Amino acid sequence: MHPAFSVILLTTLLGAGQGVFLALVTGQVYASIKLIEAQDASFYVGGSVITIILLISGLIASFFHLGRPERAWRAAAKWRTSWLSREVIILPALMILVAFYGLVHWLGWTNPLFIAGADALPIDASLVLGVIGAVLAFALFVSTAMIYANVEFIAEWHSPLTVANFTFLGLGSGFMLAAAYSAALGNHLVTFYGTWAVIFTVIGLVSRGASLLRNRHIKPKSNLQSAIGVRHRLITQRAQGFTGGSFNTREFFHHAPPAVLQRMRTSFLILVFPVPILLIAIAYVSQSATLPIIAFLLQYTGLIAERWLFFADAQHPQNLYYQSVA
Amino acid sequence: MTQLALVIDLNVCVGCHACVTSCKQWNTSGWAGPLVDENPYDAHPTGTFFNRVQMFEVGTFPNTELVHFPKSCLHCEEPPCVPVCPTGASYKREDNGVVLVDYDKCIGCKYCSWACPYGMRELDMQQQVMKKCTLCIDRITDPSLPEDRRKPACVLACPTSARLFGDVHDPDSEVSIAIRERGGYPLMPEWATKPSNHYLPRRKTRMHITEDDLRRADNPLRHEDITVYTGEETLDDVTW
Repeated sequence: MHPAFSVILLTTLLGAGQGVFLALVTGQVYASIKLIEAQDASFYVGGSVITIILLISGLIASFFHLGRPERAWRAAAKWRTSWLSREVIILPALMILVAFYGLVHWLGWTNPLFIAGADALPIDASLVLGVIGAVLAFALFVSTAMIYANVEFIAEWHSPLTVANFTFLGLGSGFMLAAAYSAALGNHLVTFYGTWAVIFTVIGLVSRGASLLRNRHIKPKSNLQSAIGVRHRLITQRAQGFTGGSFNTREFFHHAPPAVLQRMRTSFLILVFPVPILLIAIAYVSQSATLPIIAFLLQYTGLIAERWLFFADAQHPQNLYYQSVA
Repeated sequence: MTQLALVIDLNVCVGCHACVTSCKQWNTSGWAGPLVDENPYDAHPTGTFFNRVQMFEVGTFPNTELVHFPKSCLHCEEPPCVPVCPTGASYKREDNGVVLVDYDKCIGCKYCSWACPYGMRELDMQQQVMKKCTLCIDRITDPSLPEDRRKPACVLACPTSARLFGDVHDPDSEVSIAIRERGGYPLMPEWATKPSNHYLPRRKTRMHITEDDLRRADNPLRHEDITVYTGEETLDDVTW
Protein backbone atom coordinates (compact mmCIF):
# COMPACT_ATOMS: atom_id res chain seq x y z
CA MET A 1 0.00 0.00 0.00
CA HIS A 2 1.03 3.58 -0.56
CA PRO A 3 2.07 5.10 2.80
CA ALA A 4 0.03 8.32 2.91
CA PHE A 5 1.74 10.84 5.13
CA SER A 6 -1.62 12.16 6.35
CA VAL A 7 -2.59 8.76 7.76
CA ILE A 8 0.86 8.16 9.22
CA LEU A 9 0.61 11.45 11.11
CA LEU A 10 -3.02 10.83 12.04
CA THR A 11 -2.39 7.45 13.64
CA THR A 12 0.85 8.38 15.40
CA LEU A 13 -0.40 11.73 16.72
CA LEU A 14 -3.66 10.23 17.95
CA GLY A 15 -1.78 7.34 19.54
CA ALA A 16 0.53 9.69 21.44
CA GLY A 17 -2.43 11.90 22.39
CA GLN A 18 -4.49 9.03 23.74
CA GLY A 19 -1.41 7.67 25.50
CA VAL A 20 -0.57 10.94 27.23
CA PHE A 21 -4.19 11.33 28.36
CA LEU A 22 -4.18 7.78 29.73
CA ALA A 23 -0.91 8.66 31.47
CA LEU A 24 -2.56 11.69 33.10
CA VAL A 25 -5.50 9.62 34.31
CA THR A 26 -3.21 6.85 35.53
CA GLY A 27 -1.14 9.41 37.39
CA GLN A 28 -4.26 10.89 38.94
CA VAL A 29 -5.53 7.50 40.09
CA TYR A 30 -2.14 6.66 41.58
CA ALA A 31 -1.99 10.06 43.27
CA SER A 32 -5.50 9.79 44.69
CA ILE A 33 -4.60 6.55 46.42
CA LYS A 34 -1.35 8.21 47.47
CA LEU A 35 1.02 5.89 45.65
CA ILE A 36 2.73 8.82 44.00
CA GLU A 37 3.07 12.44 44.88
CA ALA A 38 -0.04 14.52 44.09
CA GLN A 39 0.23 17.16 41.40
CA ASP A 40 -1.51 20.50 41.37
CA ALA A 41 -4.21 21.38 38.87
CA SER A 42 -1.84 23.07 36.40
CA PHE A 43 -0.17 19.72 35.70
CA TYR A 44 -3.43 18.20 34.53
CA VAL A 45 -4.53 21.36 32.70
CA GLY A 46 -1.23 21.45 30.81
CA GLY A 47 -1.46 17.74 30.10
CA SER A 48 -4.99 18.11 28.79
CA VAL A 49 -3.85 20.95 26.54
CA ILE A 50 -1.05 18.73 25.15
CA THR A 51 -3.56 15.92 24.58
CA ILE A 52 -5.98 18.20 22.77
CA ILE A 53 -3.22 19.69 20.63
CA LEU A 54 -2.14 16.18 19.58
CA LEU A 55 -5.70 15.04 18.91
CA ILE A 56 -6.50 18.17 16.89
CA SER A 57 -3.24 17.85 14.92
CA GLY A 58 -4.20 14.25 14.15
CA LEU A 59 -7.66 15.35 13.09
CA ILE A 60 -6.20 18.06 10.83
CA ALA A 61 -3.81 15.49 9.32
CA SER A 62 -6.77 13.18 8.63
CA PHE A 63 -8.48 15.89 6.58
CA PHE A 64 -5.57 15.81 4.16
CA HIS A 65 -6.37 12.18 3.49
CA LEU A 66 -9.90 12.97 2.37
CA GLY A 67 -10.77 13.90 -1.17
CA ARG A 68 -13.75 15.89 0.07
CA PRO A 69 -12.88 17.13 3.57
CA GLU A 70 -15.86 19.48 3.63
CA ARG A 71 -18.12 16.44 3.79
CA ALA A 72 -16.21 14.79 6.64
CA TRP A 73 -19.18 15.17 8.99
CA ARG A 74 -21.02 12.58 6.94
CA ALA A 75 -18.53 9.97 8.10
CA ALA A 76 -20.40 9.51 11.38
CA ALA A 77 -23.34 7.90 9.59
CA LYS A 78 -22.49 4.22 9.35
CA TRP A 79 -21.13 3.42 12.81
CA ARG A 80 -23.01 0.14 12.84
CA THR A 81 -20.81 -1.36 10.15
CA SER A 82 -17.74 0.83 9.62
CA TRP A 83 -14.81 1.10 12.02
CA LEU A 84 -13.83 4.32 10.29
CA SER A 85 -17.20 5.75 11.21
CA ARG A 86 -16.73 4.60 14.81
CA GLU A 87 -13.36 6.33 14.93
CA VAL A 88 -14.93 9.50 13.57
CA ILE A 89 -17.47 9.46 16.40
CA ILE A 90 -15.13 8.50 19.25
CA LEU A 91 -12.40 11.02 18.39
CA PRO A 92 -14.47 14.21 18.93
CA ALA A 93 -16.14 12.61 21.96
CA LEU A 94 -12.70 12.02 23.45
CA MET A 95 -11.66 15.58 22.62
CA ILE A 96 -14.69 16.98 24.41
CA LEU A 97 -14.07 14.77 27.44
CA VAL A 98 -10.42 15.76 27.61
CA ALA A 99 -11.44 19.41 27.33
CA PHE A 100 -13.89 19.00 30.22
CA TYR A 101 -11.29 17.05 32.17
CA GLY A 102 -8.84 19.93 31.81
CA LEU A 103 -11.57 22.48 32.55
CA VAL A 104 -12.63 20.73 35.75
CA HIS A 105 -9.02 20.75 36.95
CA TRP A 106 -8.59 24.36 35.90
CA LEU A 107 -11.71 25.49 37.75
CA GLY A 108 -10.68 23.42 40.76
CA TRP A 109 -13.86 21.36 40.91
CA THR A 110 -11.91 18.55 42.44
CA ASN A 111 -13.61 18.19 45.81
CA PRO A 112 -14.49 14.53 46.21
CA LEU A 113 -18.08 13.76 45.25
CA PHE A 114 -17.92 10.65 47.40
CA ILE A 115 -15.30 8.34 48.77
CA ALA A 116 -15.15 4.79 47.54
CA GLY A 117 -14.12 2.01 49.86
CA ALA A 118 -13.24 2.64 53.46
CA ASP A 119 -11.72 6.08 53.08
CA ALA A 120 -9.55 4.71 50.31
CA LEU A 121 -10.37 6.31 46.97
CA PRO A 122 -11.84 9.82 46.87
CA ILE A 123 -13.77 10.23 43.65
CA ASP A 124 -14.16 13.70 42.19
CA ALA A 125 -15.61 15.00 38.94
CA SER A 126 -12.24 15.00 37.17
CA LEU A 127 -11.65 11.34 38.02
CA VAL A 128 -15.08 10.38 36.67
CA LEU A 129 -14.36 12.30 33.45
CA GLY A 130 -10.87 10.83 33.36
CA VAL A 131 -12.08 7.24 33.62
CA ILE A 132 -14.77 7.73 30.96
CA GLY A 133 -12.11 9.41 28.81
CA ALA A 134 -9.78 6.47 29.40
CA VAL A 135 -12.45 4.07 28.19
CA LEU A 136 -12.94 6.26 25.11
CA ALA A 137 -9.19 6.42 24.54
CA PHE A 138 -8.99 2.63 24.51
CA ALA A 139 -12.06 2.46 22.28
CA LEU A 140 -10.29 4.87 19.93
CA PHE A 141 -7.17 2.66 19.87
CA VAL A 142 -9.36 -0.30 18.96
CA SER A 143 -11.36 1.50 16.28
CA THR A 144 -8.32 3.12 14.68
CA ALA A 145 -6.53 -0.22 14.54
CA MET A 146 -9.62 -2.13 13.44
CA ILE A 147 -9.89 0.11 10.37
CA TYR A 148 -6.81 -1.78 9.21
CA ALA A 149 -7.19 -5.09 11.02
CA ASN A 150 -10.69 -5.48 9.60
CA VAL A 151 -9.53 -5.43 5.97
CA GLU A 152 -9.39 -9.19 5.49
CA PHE A 153 -7.80 -8.86 2.05
CA ILE A 154 -4.60 -7.37 3.45
CA ALA A 155 -3.20 -10.31 5.38
CA GLU A 156 -0.40 -8.21 6.91
CA TRP A 157 -3.05 -6.12 8.70
CA HIS A 158 -5.74 -8.71 9.29
CA SER A 159 -4.56 -9.79 12.71
CA PRO A 160 -5.17 -8.94 16.39
CA LEU A 161 -1.51 -7.93 16.44
CA THR A 162 -2.46 -4.77 14.57
CA VAL A 163 -4.70 -3.71 17.45
CA ALA A 164 -1.98 -4.62 19.96
CA ASN A 165 0.63 -2.63 18.02
CA PHE A 166 -1.48 0.49 17.71
CA THR A 167 -2.43 0.31 21.39
CA PHE A 168 0.95 -0.44 22.94
CA LEU A 169 2.98 1.82 20.66
CA GLY A 170 0.45 4.60 21.33
CA LEU A 171 0.66 3.96 25.07
CA GLY A 172 4.45 3.80 24.92
CA SER A 173 4.80 7.11 23.10
CA GLY A 174 2.09 8.74 25.25
CA PHE A 175 3.69 7.73 28.53
CA MET A 176 7.06 8.74 27.09
CA LEU A 177 5.56 12.15 26.35
CA ALA A 178 4.18 12.30 29.90
CA ALA A 179 7.69 11.57 31.19
CA ALA A 180 9.07 14.31 28.95
CA TYR A 181 6.35 16.70 30.15
CA SER A 182 7.14 15.89 33.77
CA ALA A 183 10.84 16.33 33.09
CA ALA A 184 10.19 19.72 31.49
CA LEU A 185 8.15 20.78 34.53
CA GLY A 186 10.80 19.33 36.81
CA ASN A 187 8.42 17.25 38.96
CA HIS A 188 9.03 13.80 40.37
CA LEU A 189 6.81 11.82 38.05
CA VAL A 190 9.52 11.26 35.43
CA THR A 191 10.44 7.91 36.89
CA PHE A 192 6.81 6.83 37.26
CA TYR A 193 5.89 7.71 33.68
CA GLY A 194 9.27 6.64 32.36
CA THR A 195 8.87 3.19 33.89
CA TRP A 196 5.42 2.73 32.38
CA ALA A 197 6.71 4.07 29.05
CA VAL A 198 9.44 1.45 29.08
CA ILE A 199 6.97 -1.30 30.01
CA PHE A 200 4.59 -0.38 27.18
CA THR A 201 7.46 0.07 24.74
CA VAL A 202 8.75 -3.41 25.56
CA ILE A 203 5.27 -4.93 25.12
CA GLY A 204 5.06 -2.95 21.87
CA LEU A 205 8.37 -4.46 20.78
CA VAL A 206 7.04 -7.94 21.45
CA SER A 207 3.80 -7.41 19.52
CA ARG A 208 5.37 -5.44 16.65
CA GLY A 209 8.19 -7.97 16.44
CA ALA A 210 5.61 -10.73 16.32
CA SER A 211 3.78 -9.00 13.48
CA LEU A 212 7.05 -8.48 11.57
CA LEU A 213 7.80 -12.20 11.92
CA ARG A 214 4.24 -13.10 10.97
CA ASN A 215 4.39 -10.90 7.87
CA ARG A 216 7.55 -12.63 6.69
CA HIS A 217 5.74 -15.93 6.36
CA ILE A 218 2.40 -14.85 4.98
CA LYS A 219 1.09 -17.01 2.19
CA PRO A 220 -1.17 -14.92 -0.04
CA LYS A 221 -4.66 -16.35 -0.31
CA SER A 222 -5.15 -15.09 -3.86
CA ASN A 223 -2.91 -15.64 -6.84
CA LEU A 224 -2.98 -14.85 -10.52
CA GLN A 225 -4.72 -18.17 -11.20
CA SER A 226 -7.70 -17.32 -9.02
CA ALA A 227 -7.56 -13.66 -10.04
CA ILE A 228 -8.30 -14.38 -13.69
CA GLY A 229 -9.55 -17.93 -13.33
CA VAL A 230 -7.04 -19.66 -15.58
CA ARG A 231 -5.49 -22.81 -14.21
CA HIS A 232 -1.89 -22.66 -15.28
CA ARG A 233 1.28 -22.29 -13.24
CA LEU A 234 2.81 -19.80 -15.65
CA ILE A 235 0.77 -16.68 -16.20
CA THR A 236 2.45 -13.40 -17.07
CA GLN A 237 0.73 -10.11 -17.41
CA ARG A 238 1.48 -8.47 -20.73
CA ALA A 239 -0.75 -5.39 -20.47
CA GLN A 240 -2.68 -3.85 -17.60
CA GLY A 241 -4.97 -1.86 -19.84
CA PHE A 242 -3.19 1.48 -19.83
CA THR A 243 0.31 2.83 -20.25
CA GLY A 244 0.25 5.70 -17.75
CA GLY A 245 -0.57 5.24 -14.10
CA SER A 246 -3.98 4.96 -12.54
CA PHE A 247 -5.45 5.12 -9.07
CA ASN A 248 -4.73 1.40 -8.80
CA THR A 249 -1.01 1.82 -9.43
CA ARG A 250 -0.73 4.84 -7.14
CA GLU A 251 -2.78 3.83 -4.10
CA PHE A 252 -1.74 0.21 -3.71
CA PHE A 253 2.00 0.34 -4.45
CA HIS A 254 4.66 2.12 -2.43
CA HIS A 255 7.08 2.31 -5.40
CA ALA A 256 10.02 2.30 -2.99
CA PRO A 257 13.06 0.08 -3.58
CA PRO A 258 13.58 -2.78 -1.10
CA ALA A 259 16.57 -0.96 0.37
CA VAL A 260 14.31 1.85 1.57
CA LEU A 261 12.01 -0.62 3.27
CA GLN A 262 14.95 -2.27 4.95
CA ARG A 263 16.26 1.11 6.08
CA MET A 264 12.86 2.08 7.47
CA ARG A 265 12.60 -1.24 9.31
CA THR A 266 16.05 -0.89 10.85
CA SER A 267 15.55 2.74 11.83
CA PHE A 268 12.20 2.19 13.49
CA LEU A 269 13.46 -0.88 15.34
CA ILE A 270 16.29 1.26 16.72
CA LEU A 271 14.45 4.55 17.28
CA VAL A 272 11.23 3.22 18.80
CA PHE A 273 12.59 0.59 21.16
CA PRO A 274 16.21 0.53 22.41
CA VAL A 275 17.09 4.23 22.10
CA PRO A 276 14.23 5.71 24.16
CA ILE A 277 14.53 2.93 26.75
CA LEU A 278 18.26 3.62 27.06
CA LEU A 279 17.71 7.38 27.27
CA ILE A 280 15.07 6.97 29.98
CA ALA A 281 17.40 4.69 31.90
CA ILE A 282 20.22 7.23 31.66
CA ALA A 283 17.80 10.00 32.66
CA TYR A 284 16.83 7.93 35.70
CA VAL A 285 20.45 7.71 36.78
CA SER A 286 21.55 11.22 35.81
CA GLN A 287 18.28 13.00 36.73
CA SER A 288 18.51 14.78 33.39
CA ALA A 289 15.54 16.92 32.39
CA THR A 290 16.28 16.94 28.67
CA LEU A 291 16.87 13.25 27.99
CA PRO A 292 13.20 12.21 28.42
CA ILE A 293 12.20 14.93 25.95
CA ILE A 294 14.79 13.68 23.47
CA ALA A 295 13.61 10.13 24.14
CA PHE A 296 10.04 11.05 23.21
CA LEU A 297 11.04 12.98 20.08
CA LEU A 298 13.24 10.13 18.84
CA GLN A 299 10.56 7.55 19.60
CA TYR A 300 7.93 9.59 17.78
CA THR A 301 10.23 9.93 14.76
CA GLY A 302 10.72 6.18 14.87
CA LEU A 303 6.97 5.65 15.03
CA ILE A 304 6.56 7.60 11.79
CA ALA A 305 8.96 5.13 10.16
CA GLU A 306 7.08 2.26 11.84
CA ARG A 307 3.75 3.43 10.42
CA TRP A 308 5.32 4.03 7.00
CA LEU A 309 6.49 0.43 6.96
CA PHE A 310 3.11 -0.75 8.24
CA PHE A 311 1.60 0.57 5.02
CA ALA A 312 4.48 -0.32 2.71
CA ASP A 313 4.51 -3.93 4.00
CA ALA A 314 0.84 -4.44 3.19
CA GLN A 315 0.26 -6.40 -0.01
CA HIS A 316 -3.16 -5.89 -1.56
CA PRO A 317 -4.52 -8.68 -3.77
CA GLN A 318 -5.54 -6.12 -6.40
CA ASN A 319 -1.83 -5.76 -7.16
CA LEU A 320 -2.08 -9.10 -8.97
CA TYR A 321 -3.90 -7.25 -11.76
CA TYR A 322 -1.27 -4.52 -12.05
CA GLN A 323 2.08 -6.20 -12.58
CA SER A 324 3.09 -5.01 -16.02
CA VAL A 325 2.64 -1.76 -17.89
CA ALA A 326 3.20 -2.14 -21.62
CA MET B 1 -34.60 -10.73 -5.94
CA THR B 2 -32.94 -9.47 -9.06
CA GLN B 3 -29.18 -9.42 -9.36
CA LEU B 4 -28.04 -7.78 -12.56
CA ALA B 5 -24.59 -8.76 -13.72
CA LEU B 6 -22.29 -9.25 -16.66
CA VAL B 7 -21.06 -12.56 -17.97
CA ILE B 8 -17.87 -12.14 -19.95
CA ASP B 9 -16.88 -14.80 -22.43
CA LEU B 10 -13.09 -14.99 -22.49
CA ASN B 11 -13.35 -17.43 -25.34
CA VAL B 12 -14.52 -14.82 -27.79
CA CYS B 13 -13.06 -11.62 -26.32
CA VAL B 14 -10.50 -10.32 -28.80
CA GLY B 15 -9.19 -7.53 -26.58
CA CYS B 16 -10.29 -4.70 -28.86
CA HIS B 17 -11.09 -2.27 -26.01
CA ALA B 18 -14.43 -1.32 -27.60
CA CYS B 19 -16.08 -1.91 -24.22
CA VAL B 20 -13.53 0.37 -22.56
CA THR B 21 -14.05 3.26 -24.94
CA SER B 22 -17.83 2.95 -25.12
CA CYS B 23 -17.97 2.77 -21.32
CA LYS B 24 -15.82 5.85 -21.03
CA GLN B 25 -17.83 7.71 -23.65
CA TRP B 26 -21.18 6.92 -22.09
CA ASN B 27 -20.19 7.46 -18.50
CA THR B 28 -18.17 10.62 -19.04
CA SER B 29 -21.11 12.25 -20.80
CA GLY B 30 -23.84 11.56 -18.28
CA TRP B 31 -25.50 13.40 -15.47
CA ALA B 32 -22.97 12.11 -12.94
CA GLY B 33 -20.21 14.29 -14.35
CA PRO B 34 -17.09 13.42 -16.30
CA LEU B 35 -14.69 10.57 -15.76
CA VAL B 36 -11.71 12.84 -15.52
CA ASP B 37 -8.52 12.37 -17.52
CA GLU B 38 -5.26 14.14 -16.85
CA ASN B 39 -2.57 14.68 -19.49
CA PRO B 40 -4.58 12.64 -22.00
CA TYR B 41 -2.35 13.69 -24.90
CA ASP B 42 0.83 14.21 -22.93
CA ALA B 43 3.44 12.20 -21.10
CA HIS B 44 2.06 10.15 -18.20
CA PRO B 45 -1.60 10.14 -19.15
CA THR B 46 -3.92 8.98 -16.40
CA GLY B 47 -7.63 8.89 -15.88
CA THR B 48 -10.65 7.26 -14.35
CA PHE B 49 -12.14 4.24 -16.05
CA PHE B 50 -14.89 1.87 -15.02
CA ASN B 51 -13.64 -0.85 -17.29
CA ARG B 52 -10.20 -1.99 -18.35
CA VAL B 53 -9.04 -4.76 -20.65
CA GLN B 54 -5.88 -6.48 -19.56
CA MET B 55 -3.80 -9.12 -21.24
CA PHE B 56 -2.26 -12.19 -19.69
CA GLU B 57 0.06 -14.62 -21.38
CA VAL B 58 -0.50 -18.17 -20.25
CA GLY B 59 2.26 -20.77 -20.62
CA THR B 60 5.69 -20.58 -22.21
CA PHE B 61 6.50 -20.08 -25.87
CA PRO B 62 5.55 -21.74 -28.15
CA ASN B 63 2.74 -23.19 -26.06
CA THR B 64 1.27 -19.85 -25.13
CA GLU B 65 -2.04 -18.19 -25.42
CA LEU B 66 -2.99 -14.62 -24.74
CA VAL B 67 -6.03 -14.16 -22.52
CA HIS B 68 -7.79 -10.84 -22.96
CA PHE B 69 -9.30 -10.02 -19.63
CA PRO B 70 -11.96 -7.29 -19.33
CA LYS B 71 -12.07 -6.09 -15.75
CA SER B 72 -14.84 -4.08 -14.12
CA CYS B 73 -16.80 -4.07 -10.87
CA LEU B 74 -18.22 -7.53 -10.21
CA HIS B 75 -21.26 -6.25 -8.26
CA CYS B 76 -20.66 -8.79 -5.50
CA GLU B 77 -23.60 -10.29 -3.69
CA GLU B 78 -21.64 -9.69 -0.47
CA PRO B 79 -19.79 -6.51 -1.42
CA PRO B 80 -16.99 -5.96 1.12
CA CYS B 81 -16.69 -2.34 -0.01
CA VAL B 82 -20.18 -1.39 1.20
CA PRO B 83 -20.12 -1.98 5.00
CA VAL B 84 -16.76 -0.21 5.41
CA CYS B 85 -18.04 3.05 3.91
CA PRO B 86 -18.36 5.51 6.79
CA THR B 87 -20.93 7.74 5.08
CA GLY B 88 -23.22 5.25 3.40
CA ALA B 89 -22.21 6.67 0.01
CA SER B 90 -21.35 3.17 -1.13
CA TYR B 91 -24.45 1.02 -1.34
CA LYS B 92 -26.01 -1.94 -3.07
CA ARG B 93 -29.34 -1.28 -4.74
CA GLU B 94 -32.12 -3.36 -3.22
CA ASP B 95 -34.11 -3.73 -6.42
CA ASN B 96 -31.43 -4.91 -8.84
CA GLY B 97 -28.29 -5.60 -6.81
CA VAL B 98 -26.09 -3.02 -8.55
CA VAL B 99 -23.34 -1.65 -6.28
CA LEU B 100 -23.20 2.12 -6.59
CA VAL B 101 -21.52 5.17 -5.09
CA ASP B 102 -23.50 8.28 -4.22
CA TYR B 103 -21.07 10.91 -5.51
CA ASP B 104 -22.77 13.57 -3.37
CA LYS B 105 -22.09 11.69 -0.14
CA CYS B 106 -18.62 10.26 -0.83
CA ILE B 107 -15.86 11.95 1.19
CA GLY B 108 -13.04 10.36 -0.83
CA CYS B 109 -11.48 8.47 2.10
CA LYS B 110 -10.54 5.55 -0.23
CA TYR B 111 -11.42 2.99 2.44
CA CYS B 112 -13.79 1.14 0.11
CA SER B 113 -11.00 0.74 -2.44
CA TRP B 114 -8.87 -0.97 0.21
CA ALA B 115 -11.77 -3.29 0.98
CA CYS B 116 -12.15 -4.43 -2.65
CA PRO B 117 -9.79 -7.35 -3.38
CA TYR B 118 -10.22 -6.82 -7.13
CA GLY B 119 -9.16 -3.17 -7.28
CA MET B 120 -12.31 -2.23 -9.14
CA ARG B 121 -12.74 1.20 -7.59
CA GLU B 122 -10.90 4.30 -8.72
CA LEU B 123 -10.77 7.71 -7.08
CA ASP B 124 -11.55 10.47 -9.53
CA MET B 125 -8.61 12.86 -9.53
CA GLN B 126 -10.62 16.05 -9.92
CA GLN B 127 -13.96 15.27 -8.29
CA GLN B 128 -12.13 13.41 -5.52
CA VAL B 129 -14.90 10.88 -5.08
CA MET B 130 -14.75 7.13 -5.56
CA LYS B 131 -15.98 5.88 -8.91
CA LYS B 132 -16.81 2.47 -10.20
CA CYS B 133 -18.83 0.61 -12.80
CA THR B 134 -22.55 1.37 -12.45
CA LEU B 135 -23.61 -1.20 -15.05
CA CYS B 136 -24.77 1.99 -16.82
CA ILE B 137 -27.52 2.35 -14.26
CA ASP B 138 -28.87 5.35 -16.19
CA ARG B 139 -29.32 3.22 -19.31
CA ILE B 140 -30.60 -0.02 -17.83
CA THR B 141 -33.26 1.69 -15.71
CA ASP B 142 -34.36 4.17 -18.38
CA PRO B 143 -37.88 3.21 -19.53
CA SER B 144 -37.72 5.72 -22.38
CA LEU B 145 -35.18 3.53 -24.16
CA PRO B 146 -36.38 0.60 -26.26
CA GLU B 147 -36.11 -2.57 -24.23
CA ASP B 148 -33.26 -4.09 -26.23
CA ARG B 149 -31.20 -0.92 -25.70
CA ARG B 150 -31.54 -1.05 -21.90
CA LYS B 151 -28.14 -2.62 -21.57
CA PRO B 152 -24.74 -1.35 -20.41
CA ALA B 153 -22.79 0.52 -23.07
CA CYS B 154 -20.01 -2.09 -23.03
CA VAL B 155 -22.46 -4.89 -23.80
CA LEU B 156 -23.94 -3.01 -26.75
CA ALA B 157 -20.50 -2.12 -28.07
CA CYS B 158 -18.86 -5.54 -27.94
CA PRO B 159 -18.32 -6.65 -31.55
CA THR B 160 -17.99 -10.32 -30.66
CA SER B 161 -20.85 -10.45 -28.15
CA ALA B 162 -18.39 -11.49 -25.48
CA ARG B 163 -20.41 -9.60 -22.88
CA LEU B 164 -23.78 -10.87 -21.76
CA PHE B 165 -26.00 -8.89 -19.43
CA GLY B 166 -28.90 -10.03 -17.32
CA ASP B 167 -30.28 -11.27 -14.03
CA VAL B 168 -28.08 -14.01 -12.58
CA HIS B 169 -30.77 -14.88 -10.02
CA ASP B 170 -33.26 -15.82 -12.72
CA PRO B 171 -32.32 -19.42 -13.61
CA ASP B 172 -33.76 -19.07 -17.11
CA SER B 173 -31.98 -15.86 -18.06
CA GLU B 174 -29.37 -15.83 -20.81
CA VAL B 175 -26.62 -15.16 -18.28
CA SER B 176 -27.67 -17.93 -15.88
CA ILE B 177 -27.86 -20.45 -18.69
CA ALA B 178 -24.45 -19.34 -19.94
CA ILE B 179 -22.91 -19.69 -16.47
CA ARG B 180 -24.55 -23.08 -15.96
CA GLU B 181 -23.89 -24.61 -19.34
CA ARG B 182 -20.58 -23.04 -20.30
CA GLY B 183 -18.62 -23.28 -17.06
CA GLY B 184 -19.04 -19.72 -15.82
CA TYR B 185 -16.82 -18.95 -12.83
CA PRO B 186 -16.37 -16.05 -10.37
CA LEU B 187 -13.04 -14.30 -9.70
CA MET B 188 -11.13 -15.02 -6.50
CA PRO B 189 -13.68 -17.46 -5.08
CA GLU B 190 -11.44 -17.79 -2.00
CA TRP B 191 -12.99 -14.64 -0.55
CA ALA B 192 -16.58 -14.56 0.67
CA THR B 193 -17.49 -11.78 -1.75
CA LYS B 194 -19.71 -13.85 -4.06
CA PRO B 195 -19.17 -11.84 -7.26
CA SER B 196 -22.25 -11.56 -9.45
CA ASN B 197 -20.26 -11.08 -12.63
CA HIS B 198 -18.98 -14.34 -14.05
CA TYR B 199 -16.44 -15.24 -16.66
CA LEU B 200 -16.78 -17.97 -19.26
CA PRO B 201 -13.53 -19.89 -19.76
CA ARG B 202 -11.43 -20.28 -22.86
CA ARG B 203 -12.39 -23.41 -24.79
CA LYS B 204 -10.27 -25.19 -27.35
CA THR B 205 -11.99 -25.83 -30.67
CA ARG B 206 -10.68 -29.19 -31.83
CA MET B 207 -11.30 -31.23 -35.00
CA HIS B 208 -11.97 -34.88 -34.49
CA ILE B 209 -10.78 -36.82 -37.57
CA THR B 210 -11.39 -40.52 -37.72
CA GLU B 211 -9.96 -43.14 -40.03
CA ASP B 212 -13.20 -43.11 -42.00
CA ASP B 213 -12.91 -39.35 -42.48
CA LEU B 214 -9.43 -39.84 -43.96
CA ARG B 215 -10.58 -42.59 -46.28
CA ARG B 216 -13.60 -40.42 -47.12
CA ALA B 217 -15.78 -43.42 -46.48
CA ASP B 218 -18.95 -41.42 -47.14
CA ASN B 219 -17.73 -39.87 -50.40
CA PRO B 220 -19.99 -41.22 -53.15
CA LEU B 221 -17.37 -40.45 -55.84
CA ARG B 222 -15.07 -42.91 -54.20
CA HIS B 223 -17.23 -45.77 -55.41
CA GLU B 224 -17.46 -44.49 -58.94
CA ASP B 225 -13.73 -44.96 -59.53
CA ILE B 226 -14.03 -48.45 -60.92
CA THR B 227 -10.68 -48.56 -62.74
CA VAL B 228 -8.56 -51.37 -61.40
CA TYR B 229 -4.84 -50.55 -61.41
CA THR B 230 -2.39 -53.37 -61.29
CA GLY B 231 1.00 -51.59 -61.23
CA GLU B 232 1.00 -50.21 -64.80
CA GLU B 233 1.83 -46.59 -65.59
CA THR B 234 -1.10 -44.26 -65.01
CA LEU B 235 -1.70 -40.63 -65.87
CA ASP B 236 -0.53 -39.75 -62.36
CA ASP B 237 3.01 -40.79 -63.26
CA VAL B 238 3.28 -38.54 -66.27
CA THR B 239 5.28 -35.36 -65.93
CA TRP B 240 3.54 -32.55 -67.75
